[in-house]
Amino acid sequence: MTGARAVGVEASGITVRVRGRAAPVLADVALSAPPGAVTGLLGPNGSGKSTLLHALAGSTTPDAGEVRLGGRPLGAVPRLERARTVAVMEQDADSDTDLAVADVVALGRLPHRRRLTPPGPDDAAACARALDLVGMAGTERRRWRTLSGGERQRVHAARALAQEPAVLLLDEPTNHLDVRHQHELLGLLRATELTVVVVLHDLALAARYCDRLVVLRDGRVHAAGPTAGVLTPPTLREAFGVDAVVTQDGGGVRVEVTGAADR
Amino acid sequence: MLAAVAFAAIGVGGGDITWAETARSLGHHLGLPVAPLPRLTDSVVWELRAPRVLLAAVAGAGLATCGAVLQAVTRNALAEPYLLGISSGASTGAVLVLVAGLGSGAVSLAGGALVGGLVAFALVLLLLGRNPSSAGRLVLTGVVVGQLFAAVTSLVLLGWGDADAARGLTYWLTGSLAAARWPAVVLCAVVTGAALVALRLIAADLDAFAFGARSAASLGVPVAAVRTTALVATAAVTAVVVASVGAIGFVGLIVPHAVRALAGPLHARLLPLSAVGGAAFLMLADAVARTALAPRQLPAGVVTALIGVPAFLLVLQRRERA
Repeated sequence: MTGARAVGVEASGITVRVRGRAAPVLADVALSAPPGAVTGLLGPNGSGKSTLLHALAGSTTPDAGEVRLGGRPLGAVPRLERARTVAVMEQDADSDTDLAVADVVALGRLPHRRRLTPPGPDDAAACARALDLVGMAGTERRRWRTLSGGERQRVHAARALAQEPAVLLLDEPTNHLDVRHQHELLGLLRATELTVVVVLHDLALAARYCDRLVVLRDGRVHAAGPTAGVLTPPTLREAFGVDAVVTQDGGGVRVEVTGAADR
Repeated sequence: MLAAVAFAAIGVGGGDITWAETARSLGHHLGLPVAPLPRLTDSVVWELRAPRVLLAAVAGAGLATCGAVLQAVTRNALAEPYLLGISSGASTGAVLVLVAGLGSGAVSLAGGALVGGLVAFALVLLLLGRNPSSAGRLVLTGVVVGQLFAAVTSLVLLGWGDADAARGLTYWLTGSLAAARWPAVVLCAVVTGAALVALRLIAADLDAFAFGARSAASLGVPVAAVRTTALVATAAVTAVVVASVGAIGFVGLIVPHAVRALAGPLHARLLPLSAVGGAAFLMLADAVARTALAPRQLPAGVVTALIGVPAFLLVLQRRERA
C-alpha cells in the first residue's frame, strides 16, 4: 500500500536503566530488522520487549547504544520525517475519548498534514484504505467508547497504517483479538512490504508469521536470527520454561507447547 | 448570534432604559449617524453596561477555551483553568492588598490579584522543572500550589484582616463583573485574543493527546512545545481574567463538556465553539445576576454555579448513557 520505501531498523548496544533497579532493563541489546521483513520480539514478562520497542520508536532514549533508521542515527531524523517513516501501535493505548473511529484513524494523517488546512482527498483515501485493510470499513461514525477491546486494537492498527509508514512497530497487537482477527492482522503485516517489528506472546503465531525472531531474557538477547533457527526446544525451555514440540514443514515452523518444563 | 446575546444583555437591567435607547447609545458610540442620548442615560449604557457585558463575553470565551485545552493536555475531565493554582494565587494577592490597604479600590485589587496569580503559576512551573513530563504531575502540582496559596489567604485574612476585608474577599472570590470598565475589557480582550489564536494553531495536535503523550509524540506532535503553549496561554488568560472579574467558576469546566457533547471532541471545532459558548454563557449568567434580585446584584460566579452544576450533572448522565 505504500510505495516501496525499503527502510530497515538496526540497533546496537542498547542499554536502558531505570532508577531504583540495580539490573538494567536492557543490557547491550542488538537487533536487526531488515527492510520488508517481519521481525518478532519474544520473551517472558519483564524481559524488556516493550522497552526495546520504545527505544526503536525513539520514545525512550537509551542510556547507551544507538538506533539507526535506514542507516541514519534515529536522533538525526527530524520529528516529522520520523513520524512519516515509523508508525507505532502501543500496547493498550486506551482513552475515554468520544472520538469517532474516523477521527482516530485520521490522527495517523497528522504528520502528513499542514496544521490549518483540513484533511484532503489523499488523507481520506489513506484512512479508507487502512480501515478496509483491518476489516473495520463502515464503522467510521462509531464512537471509541462503544468499541470492544478487539475493535479498538484494529482501529489502532488502521491508524498506524493510515500513517503510511515504511516501518511499523507493534507492541502485542494481538491482545484482545479473537483468533480469526489475530491471524488476519499478522497475515496483513506479512503481506505488506513494510518493515515490521512486533512484540508477541504467542509462540505459535510467532512461528507462523515472523521471518526473524529476537528472544529477550532478563534484558539480554537470548537468541536471535531466522525463525527456524531460533525456535528450538532447548531455546524455548531456557527462555520460557516450557516444553514444546517443534516441527519443520515445507519451509515453515510449527510450535506446539506441551507444558511447563521441570525446573 | 453573539451580537444578539450581547445586545440583549446590554439592554436589560435596572433603570428604565428602552431597547431603542440602548441601540441609539451603542450606535452613536460606534460612529453611526444617530442622535446621542442624554448624558446620564448614555453613560449607564456605554460606561457601565457595555464594558461589563463585553468583559463577560471575553472572560467567558477565554475561560471556556482554556478549560477545553487543559482537559486535553491533562487527559482529565475535571481540569479547568483554575487547576494551575492561579486563582488561589490571585486571591492571596487580592487579600494582601485588602489587608494592607494598598492603593485604592478595584484597580489595586486587580493589580494584586494579577501579581499573585502569576507568582502562583511561576511556582507551578518551577516545581514541574524543565520537563512538564506527565499529566498526572501537572494536575497534582497545580492542586498543591493552589492549596498552599489558599492556606496563605486564610492565614492573612484571619491573622490581620477585619470583617470588611473578609466580606470584600468573599465577594471578589465568587466573581463579579460589577467593577468592569473599558481598560479591563481592552486588556482581557488583547490577551485572550492572542491566546485563542495561539491555541487554534495547536488544535490538531491536541486531538493526538487523546491516547497519551507518547502516542502523540509518535505522530510527530511536538509534545513539549504544545504543552508549553497550552500552559502559558491558559495562565495568561486566567491571570488577567481573574484579576479583572474574580474567580468565576464553572465556565471553564462546564462549557467545554457541553460543547463536546453537542459538537464532538475534535479541537478544531471544540475550541472556537467553546469560546462562543463561554461568551454567551457568561453574558447570560451576568444578565441574570444583575436582574434576578434587582436592585440587589448577585456575584456572577454564584449564577454560573447555580446553572452550571445541574447542567454538568446532565452532561455526565448523558455521557454515561451514550
